This record gives sequence, structure tokens and C-alpha cells, in this order.
Amino acid sequence: MSHDLTLTINGTRQQIALDDPRVTLLDLLRERLHLTGTKKGCDRGQCGACTVLIDGRRQNACLALALSHDGAEITTIEGLAEGDTLHPVQAAFVAEDGMQCGYCTPGQVMSAVGLIAEGRAGTDPERIREGMSGNLCRCAAYSGITRAVLAAAEEMTTTKGERKTA
Amino acid sequence: MSVAKPLPHDAAPLHVTGQARYIDDIPVPANTLHLAFGLSERAHAKVTVLDLGPVRAAPGVVAVIGPDDLSPMPDCSPSIHDEPLLAMGEVHYAGHPMFIVVAESHLAARRAARLAMVTYEDLPALITIEQALAANSHFEGGPVTWQIGDAAAAIAGAPRVLKGSIEIGGQEHFYLEGQAALVLPQEGGDMVVHSSTQHPTEIQHKVSEALGLPMNAVRVEVRRMGGGFGGKESQGNHLAVACAVAARATGRPCKMRYDRDDDMMITGKRHAFRIDYHVGHDDRGRILGVEFLQLAQCGWSADLSLPVCDRAMLHADNAYLIENMRIESHRLRTNTQSATAYRGFGGPQGMLGIERVLDHVAFAVGREPLEVRRANFYGEAGGQPPDPRDISAQKKQQVTPYRMPVEDFILHGLTARLEESSAYLARKAEVARWNAANDVLKKGIALTPVKFGISFTLTWLNQAGALVHVYQDGSVHLNHGGTEMGQGLFQKVAQVAASGFGIGVERVKITATDTGKVPNTSATAASSGSDLNGMAVKAACDTLRGRLAEFLAERHQVSPAEVLFEGGRVAVGGAEYGFDEVIAMAYQARISLSATGFYATPKITWDRVKGQGRPFFYFAYGAAVSEVVIDRLTGENRILRCDILHDAGASLNPAIDMGQIEGGYVQGAGWLTTEELVWDDRGRLRTHAPSTYKIPACSDRPRVFNVALWEGANREETVYRSKAVGEPPFMLGISALMALSDAVAACGDGTVYPDLQAPATPERILAAVKRVRGD
Repeated sequence: MSHDLTLTINGTRQQIALDDPRVTLLDLLRERLHLTGTKKGCDRGQCGACTVLIDGRRQNACLALALSHDGAEITTIEGLAEGDTLHPVQAAFVAEDGMQCGYCTPGQVMSAVGLIAEGRAGTDPERIREGMSGNLCRCAAYSGITRAVLAAAEEMTTTKGERKTA
Repeated sequence: MSVAKPLPHDAAPLHVTGQARYIDDIPVPANTLHLAFGLSERAHAKVTVLDLGPVRAAPGVVAVIGPDDLSPMPDCSPSIHDEPLLAMGEVHYAGHPMFIVVAESHLAARRAARLAMVTYEDLPALITIEQALAANSHFEGGPVTWQIGDAAAAIAGAPRVLKGSIEIGGQEHFYLEGQAALVLPQEGGDMVVHSSTQHPTEIQHKVSEALGLPMNAVRVEVRRMGGGFGGKESQGNHLAVACAVAARATGRPCKMRYDRDDDMMITGKRHAFRIDYHVGHDDRGRILGVEFLQLAQCGWSADLSLPVCDRAMLHADNAYLIENMRIESHRLRTNTQSATAYRGFGGPQGMLGIERVLDHVAFAVGREPLEVRRANFYGEAGGQPPDPRDISAQKKQQVTPYRMPVEDFILHGLTARLEESSAYLARKAEVARWNAANDVLKKGIALTPVKFGISFTLTWLNQAGALVHVYQDGSVHLNHGGTEMGQGLFQKVAQVAASGFGIGVERVKITATDTGKVPNTSATAASSGSDLNGMAVKAACDTLRGRLAEFLAERHQVSPAEVLFEGGRVAVGGAEYGFDEVIAMAYQARISLSATGFYATPKITWDRVKGQGRPFFYFAYGAAVSEVVIDRLTGENRILRCDILHDAGASLNPAIDMGQIEGGYVQGAGWLTTEELVWDDRGRLRTHAPSTYKIPACSDRPRVFNVALWEGANREETVYRSKAVGEPPFMLGISALMALSDAVAACGDGTVYPDLQAPATPERILAAVKRVRGD
């Protein structure tokens, strides 16, 4: 039995036929669409490595059944940059070296994009740390991550309207 | 010069765009098979029936490999050949791999692995340190004892004596990228292995041994790991060997990655310890003699437990000159996961033992703990290394309990600076005022030092090789034996290479670690990555630069010493060329533009049977001040502030070193606070996922976090006089536990020592609060 759905992934509308209704969005992205930038850390919604944006909101792709998001717009780490121009959050993570091993980084970046879009963290480092606490970094590059989110939030506020933020 | 610049990680642009590839991201051939282990559900049992029929019949299963299908059974041990790939008739821990499922998909393999019909006959299981000790279940036939002076006599003659004990929990590595391997069969039975490992040569060795092939038939490649922390020094062997065996059996590429729960159930963790101490001291807190009993939970196989426990003994002194010390180390065999390497490699446990003693002694004599620590410190090193021809150098040297001279001690100066920059004493007074005014929330503060020995204690491992090519266009291809796990090794080593040629680091391509390029590598471990590989790369670059200088010097009739490489240019006898021009000229002149480099750490000698010698090239130092708050009614707690001053020598890359220091502290504090491993009485690990095992999150980081590098070059001739920085900062986290102990002490009247155990979870803090309050 086939289960059809339509997803717009990184701006491209795709018809997808699933043979199993239990496929998670994470497995769909990684194993069937070969978008391996989204990482599988724990596969149970606890580490945040698989964070993507579903209709602009950050979610753990490992806990999202693909079929239940029929019609949704998905943004993954691969869809953030515009050509060679990094998204401000990506650029800030590089500039602040907000990483060590890098495995959690795609999730951190997506989560930061979502957090800034939510507009609740502002420029308060304490609220940013709280808002980013669903994304574990075992290397504990938390100082760099916090600095990167602060810098990107500031950059995106000052250049608002000049470029798309996510 | 590239060296000493605070450059970000080389792969940062790849990480932020999702392009950086880990094993699970490598595109695989369409016929690739996927593996899963079937695991034991019992801690110790005879397997009377292992019916794999239902597994074989499951959808998508291509093959099932059981213990009877392999002869001889491949071994996965990194040490004493006591770890067969699959349990043979007897399981030794809950999670022990019993058979391999080879299937068309990862999911099919995992589903089928649950279908085996197993009948067990339970045997007595040793789960705890106490059970193993009572059963006399030892590796090496019994305890190992090292000593200096006469601890028993010193304690007997001391004005004051105390005894105590601290339980120290283990720690799950929780590398965000789980264990993974991919094996691609080649022509003639050769194998190419992609492994998430800190030790490519060990993977090559175990795979070739398993297949009965010479090592030259197996090539191992590692571009990066998503975290290692020691957990990928030996624990990747099983996946690579299983894939190799299955690839040979099926002739198809085979891949295995552990699901997170399986990873935590199967793989080894940091050793849990119990350390008992018996101390003789004077009224001022000067320690006259110590007897340590170090009890280590090693798990079911030896793995790396022996050198881990050695290193715990080697750090039983930490920063303190104690002339009478006896350390008795028990390496206990238990029916739990085989404990393995983890950042610090036993050093943190040994160091925590003596820091606990200092905390306890300071409490007993009622003096400021930092003053008591200082009173016991080794003497500060002078400005220059001692001159061996100097007669005064023959006076009695200060030595560690294993008789290594301490010649580079800087903790008097370093802690004085930190005391000042962190306003330690003023804040201590503030904490006392707070505690006097608040009944429920109590604060604590502590400063603890770190002195950590740098070198592998297996002396022969202290070697490294490198391979450097310069292509016709002047671009540089760099390879060495170290692996990248996020510690920034590749960037640091590329900076060394760029500095060697006087070019920008962007001209250096860092390539995946590959046993086909640099052979016989040591594990990237013991903090030694940049010390060893940096020097090997420097040696290769020196060779190449020497050839280029000689060639140009001859053309310009000057001495090679007058040829200068700087800023991407080469100056010689009044002329100046671009680096790429020089390379093009040298190529046409038929100069070899490829070189290997090699390095072996000097000065080290070690007799582990006697426990004497110089196991370390040098020591790395640091100190941290942590301030915490606890809720005495619930045991909840937070780290409010942390100030660190750490010695990375003349840093190769201050940004990367600061990252290692901050990350090390947070991970170390996590070990001693929130990270708790719980086995039930049947030996099943109950904390096998991040839902129950809590590592520090972004919000757990101290609110105020001031980190600085100590400015001072390494006295020993390391690469650009830098110091290793991977492990030492981990032990700065001990200050968090001691600050919690201080906060708990503030809940009582000062007569009862908190006796806080680790990890200091809210439950343990609450128990300690009750203790000091006499509730």
C-alpha cells in the first residue's frame, strides 16, 4: 500500500510515495532524499541534532512522522544559504566558532534560526541559553553557540527587510 | 605566521551548511547491507539455547552470523585478546553482542535482532565494586601497589589522622555521532574501512587479524568523528570487525551504526571508582602521609582498564608534594559494559581522590581550603630548566610518588593570579554573608588546581608520522596519523604546516586520516594529538623547506640559511619569488616535493611494574574557581560562576584552546553533577538514552564564565612550545563538586564533614545536607 504526500523541501515541491506510513521525517530526509545534513543523534527527540523547520517552526525531525506533515514546507540545513551566501546564523556560527566536532551544528543552526524567528530571546544571553537548551552539544561549545546566536540576532534585526531571514 | 592565530575550525563552513560528512552520511553502493547485533538480556548467564531461526526468517534478512559460524572467533580487544566479537556460550553483561544480523536495511536488521529465541541459565553476576571486591574478581591476579616513603609510619606518627571514602560514578561518552563503520570489499579480498575511530591503525589491525589478512590488505580512512572523548579509542573495533566478516561472507559492502540505546547498552564508559583514604596530617593541614585504596569497576573485559588504572595512580598526588604515599589499585572485573578510555583516562578519578582528601583535611583543621592546598603544593619552578652541570642541581629534587622530578610547577603563580582575577576571597566572604542571611538557598565556592601528565604511559605509543606533498601549483596536501574529533587538531597542524612554508593556512588541504598514507599510527588520545602530529608535520615541512632553500641558495650563490619563507613569498639574495613560483621552478629542476616526517617524544622512561620513572614529557596546569548554589530542601543546584586560568603553553590556536577548556570544564562538571549511570540489581543499565542520562545543556553552563590562558611557554621543546589541552581542563570540573561540598557544609554547624559523593545529584546533595544537619 502506498502513502502519498507532498512536501516543499528547501523551496522545491516534491511528491513522495512512502511504502510505510511510519517513516519519520528524519529518515525520509536522510535515507530517501539523501539530505544528510540533518543528523540523527538519539532518534528519540532528546538531543536536537535533527532540528528542522516545519512551516517555519523548529521541530525534531526524528519525532515527526513524514505523513502527518503532508503539504508542509520543510527547511533543512541544506536550504538555508542562498547560493554561496551564508545565512546570517550560519555566518555567525563560523565567525564565533560555535562548534567543535560539528555533529550537532546543523541542528544548532536550525534551532537558532527558529529561535530568532520566534522573537522571544531578543538579545538576552540567558534567554538564548534557555531557548537553545533543547540542542545538546557534548563538546559543550555553548559559549560560542550563545555568542553566535546573539551576533546573528543582532545582525538580522539591523538588516531586517533587506534580506530574507529564514 | 599561522601558528598562534585564533582561527576557527577548518571544517566550520562545511558544518554550518550540512556538507561535512560523517560515516552515516557517506553515499553507499546500492547493494550495501546493514548490520545489527543481537544483545544479551542477562548480566551473566550460560546460553543453553540460541535459536536464530526466527531471525533468519525475518523480512529483509540476508544472513545471520552466530557464534558457531566463525572459527576462529575474531577478537576485538585492544589489549589482552579477551574480547571475542560474539559471546561464546556465556554472556558477561546485559548488552553483550551474541549474533550479527545482516539485512537489506538498518531497520530490518534491528527488528530481526529482537527475534532470537534464547534460553539462559543464570550465573552469579557481579554488578557493583563491593560485589566484585568480595568475590576477589580481579584483573592482573590482584591489586597493584606503588609507594614512596613509608605511609603507614607517617600516618601513625602524625598529629592528626582522618579516614574517608568517596564514590565516583562512571560517565557515558555520549558522542553525538554514535559508533559507525562501513566496509567496502575490494578486489582480491582486500578491504577498505571507513570507521568513526580515534585509532585507525587499531581498526586495521583488528580487521586484518579477523580476516587472516596481512595489514597491507586493509586500508582505514577517518575524515572526522562527531565526538570521541576516548569512547572511540577501542569501542569501534566490534563494528568494523563485524562489517568485515559480513562483507567477506556476502561479498557486499556492509555498514553498521549503533542506535543510541544500543550504543549506550553495548559500549564501555568511564570507570566508576571508590577511593578510600587514610591520611596523617598536622594542625595546619600539611599532609604527612596518605594511603589510598583505589577500587575501579572495569567491566567484563580488560579493554584499556590497566593503563586507565595506572593513570589514576599517577594522578593520586595531583599538585601536592606528599613524601609518604601508598596506592593500592584494584582492577575489578564486573558483569557490566567493559569500562574504557574517557577524557583523562583515569587521571580524573585519581585526582578527585586527593582533592577530596585536601577538602576533608581543610575542613578538619578549619582552615581556608586554598591555603591548605598551597601549603601542600610542589615547589614553584625557577625561570630556567635546571642545568645538569650545575652542582646545586644535585641537591634533593622534588619528585612525584612515582619518582618523576617536578621541574615545571607553576601553580603557585597561576593560582595567585586566578585568586586575584576571580576575587576569590572577597566572594568567599560574600558567600558567607549570603549563607548567614538565607536559610534555604546556600552557596559554596571552591578553587581547585590541575596538574596533568602528558604522554602515553605505554612509552612506545609516543610516536607519530606525517606526509606532506606540495603540488606544482604550490598547494599543499597534508596528512598525518592523528584523527579529528572536534578538538581542532587538523586546523592546528595545518597552521604548523603553513608556518613551515611561510604561507597562508588556506593553501593547505587537510586530508582524511588514512592508514595507506601514514602507517602505524597511535590512537589520537592522551591529549597528545597536536604534540605528536604537529612535530611530525613540522619535521616533514622542515625537510621540504630545506630542499627548496638549498636549490634556491645554489642558484643565487648564497647560503641556504639566507633563504627566507614569509608571507607567501620567498626571499633569496636580493630576489623575491612567490611561493608557487618557487615550487614551479623546483618541480622543473626535478626536486622532490614530497616528504615524510616522524617524531618520537624524548626523555620518557617508565617501569610500570615498579611504578617508577618519567612517564610524562611534561605537565599541563590549570585552576578553576566555581561558585554554586543549592536548595537545601530539594537538593537542586546550579553553577553560578566559573573562573578558569589554564596553561596551554604558547598556544598554537588560542580560540580552539579556549573551546577545549570551556568544553572540558562543562563535561567535567557534568560528570560530577548531573550524569548518573544506574544499573539495576540484575545488571541492566537503566540510563541508556538521553531521556534518563543527563549531559549538560546550554542552560547548564555557568551564568558567568571567565576563561583565560596562562601566558607562558612550555619549558620542554614541544611544537612551538605549546602544551596539550584535550584532557587537562576536564579536571577543572572538580571545583564544581568541591563548591557543592562547601555549600552543603554551610547547611550544618561546621562539625560534620559533608562527605558528598559523586555525581552530586540532588538526591546525594540532599543526603549530605541531612548528614551535616544531623536530620
